Amino acid sequence: MNLPKEAVVKMYAAREEIYPREIQGRYARLRWAGVWLTQIVFYGLPWLQWNGRQAVLFDLGARKFHLFGLVLWPQDFIYLAGLLIICAYGLFLVTAVAGRVWCGFACPQTVYTELFLWIERRIEGARSARIRLDRQPWTLEKIWKKGAKHAAWLAVALWTGFTFVGYFTPVHVLIGEIASFSVGAWEGFWVLFYGFATYGNAGWMREQVCKYMCPYARFQSAMFDRDTLVVTYDRKRGEPRRPGARTAGDKLVAKAVAKAGDCIDCTMCVQVCPTGIDIRRGLQYECIGCAACVDACNGVMDKVNKPRGLIRYATENALAQGWGTREVKRRLLRPKVLGYTAVLGLLILAMTTSLALRTPLKVDVIRDRGSMGREVEDGQIENVYRLQLMNTSEDARRYRLAVEGMPGARIVDLHVVALDGASARALPVRVRAAAGEGGSHRIAFTVTALDDPSVSVREEAAFIVPR
Amino acid sequence: MSDFTSGFWNWYVALITIASIAGCAILLWSQSRYKVGLDADGQPAKTTGHVWDEDLTELNTPMPRWWMGLFYMTIVFGIVYLVLFPGLGSYAGKLGWNSTGAYQAELKQSNLEYGPLFARYASQDLKVVAADPQAHAIGERMFLNYCAQCHGSDARGNKGYPNLTDGDWLHGGEPETIKQTIMVGRIGQMPAMGAALGSDKDIEGVAHYVRNLSGLTADPVKVAFGKAKFGACAACHGAEGKGNPMLGAPNLADKVWLYGGSADTIMETIRKGRTNTMPAFGEFLGEPKVHVLAAYVWSLSNPAPAKAIDDKVAAK
Repeated sequence: MNLPKEAVVKMYAAREEIYPREIQGRYARLRWAGVWLTQIVFYGLPWLQWNGRQAVLFDLGARKFHLFGLVLWPQDFIYLAGLLIICAYGLFLVTAVAGRVWCGFACPQTVYTELFLWIERRIEGARSARIRLDRQPWTLEKIWKKGAKHAAWLAVALWTGFTFVGYFTPVHVLIGEIASFSVGAWEGFWVLFYGFATYGNAGWMREQVCKYMCPYARFQSAMFDRDTLVVTYDRKRGEPRRPGARTAGDKLVAKAVAKAGDCIDCTMCVQVCPTGIDIRRGLQYECIGCAACVDACNGVMDKVNKPRGLIRYATENALAQGWGTREVKRRLLRPKVLGYTAVLGLLILAMTTSLALRTPLKVDVIRDRGSMGREVEDGQIENVYRLQLMNTSEDARRYRLAVEGMPGARIVDLHVVALDGASARALPVRVRAAAGEGGSHRIAFTVTALDDPSVSVREEAAFIVPR
Repeated sequence: MSDFTSGFWNWYVALITIASIAGCAILLWSQSRYKVGLDADGQPAKTTGHVWDEDLTELNTPMPRWWMGLFYMTIVFGIVYLVLFPGLGSYAGKLGWNSTGAYQAELKQSNLEYGPLFARYASQDLKVVAADPQAHAIGERMFLNYCAQCHGSDARGNKGYPNLTDGDWLHGGEPETIKQTIMVGRIGQMPAMGAALGSDKDIEGVAHYVRNLSGLTADPVKVAFGKAKFGACAACHGAEGKGNPMLGAPNLADKVWLYGGSADTIMETIRKGRTNTMPAFGEFLGEPKVHVLAAYVWSLSNPAPAKAIDDKVAAK
């Protein structure tokens, strides 16, 4: 018989379903704390009221971004950039110290997967029951269970989509529209879009998001070093693994048992892993640092009367040199961590200072381009400017206009301007000055709130005297 | 719609587009599977079959299948897009979308939204509109958008562009007249009078006479000389030089000079004439918007309402 010398292999593979076993323990509790904390904030925040309006509302149509007492405008986008940079540095710092704790305990992908898994367990049962259910043919029971699961998932997903849109459209209006089936096309689209994204990512994609989509998963190894806390299997203590109990009668096996390490090869750490890896093979890019295997292994070690911590948070250095907690803690003060902390601290300080000192008034001066400068009575020179004023506070205010920088420079006719709260106005302003030397002169406009002199903006402009 | 004289380039573009999409599909399919040799156990080798530098091979770490699916979905999307939208040569697409239509739709939407507001103002008297704070704010914004380029942000004009705040009007300053000016535009025509008046001496005389009319310094001898010659100008500017709004002839006896009041400038005006155009905005803006704009422009030289508005806003 002629065997083929070649075979055709595919460059892609179907996803293998992972059935994470439910686990109890310290880190599982921590993760649930993460779920509660983030989701109470996420689902609850849009319902919070503040000064008669929604406390957190990003009104894209009006280009106003309300954050409790703070109203931000498109001109304030620098603060969003600042916030994102602070988040990034926070992430860098946490990753340098303790690996992928964000991934394992607070990332929406983990949080929603945890919620969806919880629903799955309540309806389809534990790991073994789920595996059995997936293998069995389609019966009424299977149809009912799968249908109920997807219905529950979709309900959570749609509520999530609705909540998300509630940050951009007043949530009370939105729920009324939904109740009366009169949702706007775009709002409806985004509710469905984010609902679908939640359903797809937390129900179907799960670890695939972390493995193939998430960019952070791939570049965080740049933040790791030999003193970063990661979930590790203590190879020295665990190996060689103790063979299965069923062959205990065998002499060779008995010998092996006598030499064996603490790992009993129960594969619990593999069964609980949400990304389906075996942590005993060392640090892998798929590991999201959720420590489910730590919980699982600690439970097993308790049962076989061995000390906990065969799988634990440890640093590479600590494992290699047998360090205790004290040495690990001491390594916290390494330059990388200190550097990240310093930069993060500076950024937070700069951002809060800048926010606190923010002037709720924006002024732009645009010189009229049509005319250079005209001669008026007594040989004085007049220039025309357009002042773009923006009152970014929520109260109506009056402002005093003044100009300085040239002898005798003054604004003609207009001295006090009124602006409604959170409104903008373009004002033509004439400035007169004695005709001095021909050419361009620097002048400066000052706009000051009448009720609060600290709200003042100085803006420079050019005054042109015709030669 | 096509700028080309033959359909060749349309077909050229369409064929390249279709061939590229087909090429992508073929490439995706052909590169998604490899023939590899068998290893010692008779199993397919775990590498992609690529070998570099004699012995360097690449492990096959398969991509998830859905990822490949995404690639194919981009092809489906591309085909659907090309069927629905214009993208293949001169083919217009099943939806008939084009940028002109999109602009018209947005314009229609905006007219639907703001139309009733402008219609309400259009039914009111211009002086009533001028006193309305909201209409004033709208008018101010429109003025800054459409008028300020020539007349200046403060509406005080520029050389050749009239000052709209001084109460001096070339074509009349009644609210309805201002509206008419904005709607259909104006053409200001000062004919070249050089030949009709005669010598430079005559022209200089008329210039000094005109300066004298508005109380500017002038040589009395030349004034007397020019007075005799002014008859040629009186047809439009009137015997006393007070102008005629019906003809758009400026009042020469006030201190307002569109092009400048120096003797040299006046002489140049007389010798070569002046032509000036105020463009028509009626078709572009539509009557209801021009109504609000005219009310604003009128209020510039009748400032009482404008002042009341600032006070009103301030009182809030």
